[in-house]
Amino acid sequence: MKTSVFLGALTAAGMMAGAASAATLDDVQARGSLKCGANSGLTGFAAPDANGRWEGFDVAVCRAVAAAVLGDPEAVEFVPTTPKTRFTALASGEVDILSRNTTWTLTRDVDLKFTFAGVNYYDGQGFIVPKALGVSSAKELDGATVCIQTGTTTELNLADFFRTNNISYEPVPIETNAEAQQQYLAGACDTYTTDASGLAATRASFETPTDHAILPEIISKEPLGPLVRHGDDEWADIVRWTLNALIAAEEFGITSTNIEELSNGTDNPEINRILGTEGTMGEMLGLEADWAMKAIMANGNYGEIFEKNIGESTPIGLARGLNAQWKDGGLLYAPPFR
Amino acid sequence: MTTATEPEGGSFRPSMLIYDSRYRSATIQIVALIGFLLLIGWLVSNTVQNLADLGKSVGFGFLGEPAGYDINQRLLDYDSRDSHARAGLMGLLNTLLVAVMGCIMATIVGVIVGVLRLSNNWLIARIMTVYVEMFRNVPVLLWIVFSMAILIETLPAPSAYRGEDPAASMLLGGNVALTNRGFYVPEPLFGRMDEEGNPLSWRQGLGDVHLFGDAWLRFDVSLELIVVLSTLIAGILVSGLIRKRADRIQNRTGLRPRTWYWRAAVILLPTIIALWLMGFYLGKPELRGFNFAGGTHMRNSFIALWLALSLYTAAFVAEIVRGGILAISGGQTEAAAALGIRPRRIMSLVILPQALRVIIPPLISQYLNLTKNSSLAIAVGYMDLTGTLMGITLNQTGRELEAVMMTMLIYLLISLAISGAMNIYNNSVKLKER
Repeated sequence: MKTSVFLGALTAAGMMAGAASAATLDDVQARGSLKCGANSGLTGFAAPDANGRWEGFDVAVCRAVAAAVLGDPEAVEFVPTTPKTRFTALASGEVDILSRNTTWTLTRDVDLKFTFAGVNYYDGQGFIVPKALGVSSAKELDGATVCIQTGTTTELNLADFFRTNNISYEPVPIETNAEAQQQYLAGACDTYTTDASGLAATRASFETPTDHAILPEIISKEPLGPLVRHGDDEWADIVRWTLNALIAAEEFGITSTNIEELSNGTDNPEINRILGTEGTMGEMLGLEADWAMKAIMANGNYGEIFEKNIGESTPIGLARGLNAQWKDGGLLYAPPFR
Repeated sequence: MTTATEPEGGSFRPSMLIYDSRYRSATIQIVALIGFLLLIGWLVSNTVQNLADLGKSVGFGFLGEPAGYDINQRLLDYDSRDSHARAGLMGLLNTLLVAVMGCIMATIVGVIVGVLRLSNNWLIARIMTVYVEMFRNVPVLLWIVFSMAILIETLPAPSAYRGEDPAASMLLGGNVALTNRGFYVPEPLFGRMDEEGNPLSWRQGLGDVHLFGDAWLRFDVSLELIVVLSTLIAGILVSGLIRKRADRIQNRTGLRPRTWYWRAAVILLPTIIALWLMGFYLGKPELRGFNFAGGTHMRNSFIALWLALSLYTAAFVAEIVRGGILAISGGQTEAAAALGIRPRRIMSLVILPQALRVIIPPLISQYLNLTKNSSLAIAVGYMDLTGTLMGITLNQTGRELEAVMMTMLIYLLISLAISGAMNIYNNSVKLKER
């Protein structure tokens, strides 16, 4: 861990220009695979399945981009990253895209020199406690020991939350979600805090999920999304519009089952433009005409990805909430394909 | 090697830079120096150029910004509004704490194990061999993580101490609580106050002195502690004088007066009186809310790191001690025994003083190793320098180059300080040749 941060930092210092100024699209196409920085293991968002194949909500974004760029959703090389190593991995060119529940903040966008391609999950930071603790609100946590993943925005939110509410706490910094889970279940911390979606995913992997409650307070805004390096706008555009295509596909009712049929041409010009049967949008992005069609076929549209990985029918059981389409009262709003 | 021949005429030709052995070595050195400087220059300019291409500038302004994160173990006061520089200082102090404690424990355990490995008792010698081989052949990171796992999984949570019939109870007359969040032990305090903050007696202590105002270096010095420590040091000095007097009497008359009760009295009595005057008492930990409050909280991350580092390094120290003792010829032991000195005194008076000069130099590198290995602290969430300055600060500000270079520089300074101090000690114990 330490070595990788250090090496990453050195590489970042020594070799960044080469990685940043070259066209990432050319690199990816020449290599024939997309290097995707993923979470080192968070059920539902990014985790290898029983066969070692990476699955999950964040993983699906990488697969869609690989499908759009290379035509093959399997042509992805996943690089597991921790909260601490993720930015150096991206900055040093170790990965082409970071799709790893990362909060979009001004500092990361401007000062760390990354470009966020959009938001694939609107989240907020919450707390999970054992029901036996008898706590029903985060404000009752005065004096509690709180497990927290170090190197995340949640660490800063936590400090601010306890400070503004004038209550004390004891932070226990840990490196990965798995370690947090171990300490929390052993009672070494009273509560574990991270993004509410992450808490739901973690709770789903407990032996007795019903013994644990997620407190009602959401103490921050955490728009999570994929990001790329600053300075390669063409590549950022590809990632941004791949994500938009997934969201727009849900809005226009393009699903993995009817996409073949729709690709023969429809009466709706926007669907035709998305699927590449009309216009030259693929060419503008430097991709094949059917790039978006392949991206959608990789895992289905946004709604299908959500339901399959983290939706209410899965053990994680997240409701759409803020992540519903704008027409349904959510925040998902893909700009027009025009 | 042929010697240089005197050139005829003495005129200098450029070819002599290579073919004349008088100039050759200088030429090679200058070329090597130029090459080295070019390499450094290339690295620096490359880094600066690459950072400029990215639009990143190198600067240390971030150190003055509020850190925004909390640190659980802090030796000085700190909160999340303090600067990154102060957060780094907290990490540095934590690094020094675990390094100093680790070196002390590694030395004690290492010397004992090293001596016992040479024991004539077969069982003890074999047990020590097993200990040494077990610890030095497994990476220290695994020992750290393993110690942490043991502490977390085997000890009870604080909640086990709660209720009518608690599952766990405090040790040593209700003074010490061992939990999976760490050990809670009584802490020394001065000037007992009641609930409203009024002193309970006239012995209310002297309070603290605040140094450096609000700067990031600020720290409080407890006047009571200074009084007690200076009393203690004065007592030790007086005790030294008594010992010297006993030496003089012994040299003159051959009889050594019994002085141990005097020496104990001049050390202990004034110190106890000073403690009493300053209103010394022990703050006991007690269960309050989710955790124990009061007392000193030795976090399990610290204990795990400290134990693992010192036991690991002690295995190497033991080998160094054993090697040092074996380097002293057996004749010394036999000669001392012939003089009628008892075995334990032979070890402490004859063997160890001579072995020290073999032991100290390799011991320095073990101390340095322990200090540098303490940077593995983040594996158990111990907030050392690597965890604060090169961890969270680097991550939140994105200043990889600055943070990594500062951290490297600080570790370099710590290591140089340790080896400097140990070299001074080495000079004082090494064989004095006349």
